[in-house]
Order: sequence, then structure tokens, then C-alpha cells
Amino acid sequence: MSILVLAEHHDGQLAGATAHVVAAAQAIQQDSGGDIDILVVGENVATIAEAAAKLDGVSKVRVADNAVYAHQLAEPVGALLVELVNDYGHILAAASTTAKNIMPRVAALKDVSQISEIVAVDAADTFKRPIYAGNAIATVRSTDVLKVITVRSTGFDAVGTNGNASVETVDTVVENSQSTFIRQELAESDRPELAGAKVVISGGRGMGNGENFKLLDGIADKLGAAIGASRAAVDAGFVPNDMQVGQTGKIVAPELYIAVGISGAIQHLAGMKDSKVIVAINKDEEAPIFQVADYGLVGDLFEILPELESRL
Amino acid sequence: MKIVVCVKRVIDYNVKIRVKPDHSDVDLTNVKMAMNPFCEIAVEEAVRLKESGVATEVVAVTIGPKAAQEQLRTALALGADRAVHIDTSAEANERIESLTVAKLLAKVVEEEQPGLVILGKQAIDTDNNQTGQMLAALAGLPQGTFASEVKISGDEGDKKLQVTREIDGGLQTIELSLPAIVTTDLRLNEPRYAKLPDIMKAKKKPMDVKSPADLCIEVASKVTLLKVESPAERKGGIKVGSVDELVDKLKNEAKVIS
Ligand SMILES: Cc1cc2nc3c(=O)[nH]c(=O)nc-3n(C[C@H](O)[C@H](O)[C@H](O)COP(=O)(O)OP(=O)(O)OC[C@H]3O[C@@H](n4cnc5c(N)ncnc54)[C@H](O)[C@@H]3O)c2cc1C
Ligand SMILES: Nc1ncnc2c1ncn2[C@@H]1O[C@H](COP(=O)(O)O)[C@@H](O)[C@H]1O
Repeated sequence: MSILVLAEHHDGQLAGATAHVVAAAQAIQQDSGGDIDILVVGENVATIAEAAAKLDGVSKVRVADNAVYAHQLAEPVGALLVELVNDYGHILAAASTTAKNIMPRVAALKDVSQISEIVAVDAADTFKRPIYAGNAIATVRSTDVLKVITVRSTGFDAVGTNGNASVETVDTVVENSQSTFIRQELAESDRPELAGAKVVISGGRGMGNGENFKLLDGIADKLGAAIGASRAAVDAGFVPNDMQVGQTGKIVAPELYIAVGISGAIQHLAGMKDSKVIVAINKDEEAPIFQVADYGLVGDLFEILPELESRL
Repeated sequence: MKIVVCVKRVIDYNVKIRVKPDHSDVDLTNVKMAMNPFCEIAVEEAVRLKESGVATEVVAVTIGPKAAQEQLRTALALGADRAVHIDTSAEANERIESLTVAKLLAKVVEEEQPGLVILGKQAIDTDNNQTGQMLAALAGLPQGTFASEVKISGDEGDKKLQVTREIDGGLQTIELSLPAIVTTDLRLNEPRYAKLPDIMKAKKKPMDVKSPADLCIEVASKVTLLKVESPAERKGGIKVGSVDELVDKLKNEAKVIS
């Protein structure tokens, strides 16, 4: 049986996460064989389909381009997937808010379980996934005929872009009278995306207010870093929700993660403890963040950050 | 309008979990249990909708062992009017997976005919993030997941629900026909604490107990848990004495900056 990957895309661009999901699909394919197809769903998605066709290991890109799929609302996209998945043994998507919204609907309507946020493939039916905020790793086996899976990007290295898959149109159009898109407020930033950045610098409650987050800007500029935050910083209104790193925010695993004024609650660690190198800057030498930090610097962030910026 | 709110009993979010030595599961003996934090937010939202006159009745539902009635009592103390416990103590496998939970909840929705169902976005034990979406699909209802704001507008008979959702890129607002399913994100509200008199009063509020068989749902799963392990421990690092030392280590030891 073949494997279907749901392409992740926003703002007319294929998101980097898709290449990681294809890597997970390849790990399954090694055990079960079959082709890997990508499905691109949305409105005006032709250029996204072209980008998807370049991903290594993909046989075919299927494109469902229609106004009803604009903004990838869960009801129509879920209904479309239910029509298409019969040809497949696995359907995979990134563990993004878009796919988390859609995929469980498909699983329920096909009467199968969903395996959320896998980080490893042991076999075509056996997967590893973190539970309890990443404090335990479960190995699960599914005997469902269709395996509905979301993939945590940090678990799989992205495939390359030397592919040349065929592109075909999917004509299926579904109806949607239940949900309507009203508006969207998206964060605009010239910085790299949190999920894919090689360096991430995050601020916590210790930053004191939103204005002080500017202290991270200069350092982020010099390191080409994305800027993240703890939940406390988001809840306090210092920064928007899309910056939250953690169990219930974004999961990151950059080469370098710098935690500034963050205590290191397990829910925050869940989102960053697979980073290669962790630096913690905190005035409390007992802060739990130091237990996971490769390099800890005890002190006042308001003194340390300007000095760090000037030394880089 | 009636609201159904779904609550799950889980390990308290402050507890550090341990994996059993035989790797069969995590060890929950003598561990503090609580209502899933996202479910607290769900209960709070339902109660606020009742207080503001939008909702007329709030029904709290849980699926789990007898002990899960504690969390229903909490929901009642927080302002729910009555509770439904779907008792799974007699089931062979105590892990009731999300698909089965969604099927059971779909039966409850069929019986209760609520105008709105509120769930948490995620249970902090399995970290599944799927039950609300599955319920929406099975009940044939629209969904507003990861809600940070909900607003009901329109006249009786033609009410609409506006849901602002926390998405990866920021915030998205959608409008849904009712009845609908909502799952809560962290910033939807700040849950209140139950007051002692309310805890006393909650003991007298009605609680209906049913079995999955009463709802004609078979508790089964095609997913088996083979093994549970502790994640790779990070080795504790070192403390550096100055910014200069930090920059030097990052350049020359870790080689993550140039
Ligand atoms: C269901 C649930 C889900 C959650 N999900 C997440 C999640 O996804 N992500 C997340 O981050 N949290 C999450 N949390 C919250 C988590 O439990 C913590 O409350 C939160 O991470 C704390 O944020 P913080 O470290 O910024 O704040 P605090 O714990 O208040 O720590 C602030 C730190 O700043 C330091 N500090 C203060 N001033 C200075 C200074 N001048 N210089 C240097 N250091 C200073 C202090 O010493 C302290 O260590 C969740 C909680 C729940 C219940
Ligand atoms: N056993 C259960 N009983 C009642 N509600 C549940 C149960 N399991 C999950 N839920 C609801 O579904 C939400 C999401 O759970 P999950 O999809 O398992 O992460 C929870 O916050 C609850 O609102």
C-alpha cells in the first residue's frame, strides 16, 4: 500500500515541515514498500505543488485546488481526505496546528485511531511518540488498516529537493456550510521560523515586559536566530501566542537554544530539551533550567544581554 | 442553550512522572491526580457562558474509572449543573483511547442534544490532541479548536459561534453554525478555584452513571502499547563565569557559533 503525505503550507509557500514528514514516510516505506504521494490542498496552490514535486522520494503530487479548501478549514479538507485515503495504508502530516485540526477527523470517519506526534519509525506499524510532556517515550503498534499519523519534525531529518514527481489534479470538491473563515492575524517577521531555525533565543517572565524583548533582537540578528518565549511571557502579554515554545506550544530542536529569564518548567522543557546545545541565563542559580543547560550563566539578564550582543 | 463539557482525570501537571521498571507503562500508584488543565478551562468557559445568560444548563461528562467522579465533583463545584460518568472500571483495558472516548461522547451528544460541546485541546497524559476533532467528525458538527476566544451572536434559532483560534502563525477567527464543538487553548480564560460552600453543594448535584455497554459502544483498540521508556537524559552541563567565557565555549567547544 502507498503512503499519502498531506503537504504543510502557508502564505503560498510549501512549509519546511513537509520535507521532514516525507522522511518519516520513507522510513515506513523501507519496511512496507509502496509509493509516497503528496497531497496539496488549498486555493491557488500551483506553486506549492511544484515545490512539493521536487522533494526526494515522492512519486506523485496530487493537487486539490478550490475555493472551498481556502484556509484549509478542517471540515472540507477532512471530507476530501476521507474520499482519497482509500488507496493508501498510511496518511502522514506534520504535527502543525493545521494538520492537528484536520487529521483526527479523518481517523474518526475511517474508524481508525490516530497516532499523534511520532518521533521515530520502528516498523511500518510501530512508532515511538512522547507522552506526559516528553517525560516518557511510548512505543505503540497499530493494526488498523489505515494508519493516520502526525509527525514531529524534530524527529526526522528533511529529505532533499532533487526530486521530479509528476503532478496531477484532484477534481473532488466537497461542500462546506458549517464553517466560514473570517480573518487571520499572522505575525510578520523577517526572522527564521521557530520550528526550522538553527538558533533560537527565548525570553520568559524574567524579561519583565514586551518592550524588553527588544534586548533579544540584536543577539538574534547576529546569530540569525528565531525568537521564542515561555508560556508565562505569552500569558502576560509580552509577546504573541505563536512564539510559545513547549508542551502545548511549538517544539524546537535547534543547534543552539538560549533560554533567558526562563525557570525551566517541565512544560517548557518539553518543547526544547532536544536542542543540541542549551544555554541558560537566569539570576536564580537554583532554577531548574540549569539542570538541562550545557552552559549556564547566573546573573541579571539586563546586564548580560547587552554585553552578549556586543561580544558576538 | 445546553452546554456539554468533557473533563478527563489525569496526573497532576506538577508531578514528575516515573516509568515502571518493567517498561510496561508510567507508574501512577500513589500519584496525585487532577482535572486536565485544559478541561478546567473548558469548565470555566461553560460556566461563564451560563453566568452571562447564553447557556441555560452545563452538563459535565467524564469517561474513566470510579475515581474520575472526583473530577466531576470538581466540575460541579465550579458551576456545572449535573454530571454524567461513563464508568469504565469493568473494562479489560484501563486505557480508553481517544477514538473510543469520541464514540462514547458522540452518544452523549446524541442523547443530550447540546448547543455547544467544550473539550480541552489536549490531555496532558497522552498529549493526543484529537478527541474534540474526532467527536466533531462523528457527530457531524463543525469544530473550533485551540480557542482563545469564543463569542455567540445572532438571534434564537439562527445563532452563530465565532471562535478565535491559536494557530502556528498567529490567530485565526472562524464562524461556525451551532451546534458546534470547541476545544480550549491556554489563554481562553483563567479558571476559578472552587469555594468550600460550592464543594459542599456539589455533593448534592445529580450524577448519572452509565457503562459503555449502556451506550452500545464496544471498548476496543487496535493500538497496543509495547513499551514505555524514559527519554534520553541530558547530561548536566557547566556554569560559566562570564559572558566572555560563554562566547568562547560556544565558539570553540560547542562550535555552534562562529
Ligand atoms: C497545561 C499546561 C501547559 C503548559 N504549556 C506550556 C508551554 O507550552 N510552554 C511553556 O513555556 N510553559 C507552559 N506551561 C507553563 C509552565 O508550567 C510555566 O508556568 C512557565 O513555563 C513558566 O514560564 P517562565 O519560566 O517564563 O516563568 P517563571 O517560572 O516565572 O520564571 C521566570 C524566571 O526568570 C528569572 N528571572 C527573573 N528576573 C530575572 C533577571 N532580571 N535576570 C535573569 N533572570 C531573571 C527567574 O529567576 C525565574 O527563573 C504550561 C502549563 C500548563 C499547566
Ligand atoms: N476520558 C475522557 N473523558 C472525558 N473527556 C475526555 C476524555 N479523554 C479526553 N477527553 C476530552 O478531550 C480533550 C482532549 O483529549 P486528547 O484528545 O486525549 O488529548 C480533553 O481535554 C477532554 O476534554
